[in-house]
Amino acid sequence: MGNRPPAADWATDFDHLDPRWTENPYPIWDELRRSCPIAHTERFMGAYFPSRYEDVRAIAYDTEHFSSRRVVVRETRQSFPPAPPITSDPPAHRPAKQVLLPAFTPEMISRHEPRTRDICRELLDRIGDRKRCDGAVDYAQEIPVRVIAHMLGVPETDADQFRKWIKEILEIGITDISVLLRAQDEMIAYFADKIAARRTNPRDDLIGYLINARAEDKPLSDEHVIGTLRLLMIAGIDTTWSAIGSCLWHLAQHAQDRRRLAAEPALMGAAVEEFLRAYAPVTMAREVVKETQIAGCTFKPGHMVLLSFPAANRDPAMFPDADRVIIDRAENRHAAFGLGIHRCIGSNLARMEIRVALSEWLGRFPEFRLDPDAPVTWSVGTVRGPRRLPLLLGA
Amino acid sequence: MASKILKVRVDRERCQGHARCFALAPELFELDQFGNGRERGDGTVSAALEAKARLAQSNCPELAVEVTEE
Ligand code: HEM
Ligand code: SF4
Repeated sequence: MGNRPPAADWATDFDHLDPRWTENPYPIWDELRRSCPIAHTERFMGAYFPSRYEDVRAIAYDTEHFSSRRVVVRETRQSFPPAPPITSDPPAHRPAKQVLLPAFTPEMISRHEPRTRDICRELLDRIGDRKRCDGAVDYAQEIPVRVIAHMLGVPETDADQFRKWIKEILEIGITDISVLLRAQDEMIAYFADKIAARRTNPRDDLIGYLINARAEDKPLSDEHVIGTLRLLMIAGIDTTWSAIGSCLWHLAQHAQDRRRLAAEPALMGAAVEEFLRAYAPVTMAREVVKETQIAGCTFKPGHMVLLSFPAANRDPAMFPDADRVIIDRAENRHAAFGLGIHRCIGSNLARMEIRVALSEWLGRFPEFRLDPDAPVTWSVGTVRGPRRLPLLLGA
Repeated sequence: MASKILKVRVDRERCQGHARCFALAPELFELDQFGNGRERGDGTVSAALEAKARLAQSNCPELAVEVTEE
């Protein structure tokens, strides 16, 4: 991503890989909302960027004109193997989603809370009484990957491999397709192997659940199961890690919120929702498949839409004081987990992980701040979160 | 003069299972096996739970929670 010409103008030449967007996108979105609520770029073979909540919602609800068959804005229009349900449109979407939902209800997710708590404690023990650590590398990035490994029933020690694949697919792969394809083949082979093992030796884990699941009274094909497993891994790991990292980043800089949260644990639920609103990590995409108009703007078939739930969440027309983090915000219809039929399947899991990760962290390190001598760095692409978060621990 | 009865209802067509209603007011809402919300019983809200009913309504991203007076 090194040699991109800088975006000349956000309204007509936006580039979400531009370093200024990576560093701090919020002022760019605020400006666009005022001047050009639906921006466009010729980059990426043509893409739109709506920045208002109501337009993001309208597009998320409109599966007739906006397809999920491509959910990432890339340099090319290459086709990839499907990953149902995220790449499915109606009518195929519903059965592909129904099959997964029962495994992700709050009740089912609460069964994984004890292991999640232990993982957090192990990581905190490893930091021990050090005076500095990296909140992203030493803590946030290690939690979701281990929790998902635990749920899938694969060794938690495969975590490094999972993160490598995800980086290759979500970051490097946006511009270097060969890296993406190799990572994808490796993942497919990995899961094919796990499926085969469970066919001879059944196990009560998420892979076993999918092998036995039936959609519209038929078992899922291996291709479908593998696609879904790849999706769970890609969707479940750096999304949640980014969210946990952004929460720590905020708390490191806002002593008042930090102390209030440590003192009033009952606020945690509302605070997590507010962090998800303000620092929503996930931007999706749609492909325009039929011409239509939204807010006076014509959407041309073949162009992509960068569907920014994070920008929607900062729209002052929907959220008073949208740029302020108010940890006890009472009215909060944020869209961090999407809107409409593709609502995140992992939302209950992600919420549990964030809540547990923050309360365990605050229990151990009620006082911490950014290390003034080491910079925070942010991910590039459509999942936003800190990738380096150097912290000083203790008062 | 009968006093008004407050009721909550989940619009099943709109609900996408964000589960915010259940998290904020488990006394008034439950989830089905797919994690989609629905009101408990006939949705009647006691005076003590009115604030919780409004809170659930204000936090449903799909505008699926209705609070009505009968
Ligand atoms: C803070 C963490 C997370 C955020 C912000 C997030 C965000 C999102 C968003 C915005 C969508 C909507 C996609 C669209 O409209 O095209 C989505 C879908 C999805 N997410 Fe998440 N996600 C998170 C964590 C997870 C986790 C932990 C899992 C599972 C392990 C997961 C699995 C999925 C799946 C399977 C879908 C597809 C649902 C469908 O197409 O019906 N996500 N997520
Ligand atoms: S909060 Fe809204 S969308 Fe979510 S379960 Fe309740 S009614 Fe359904």
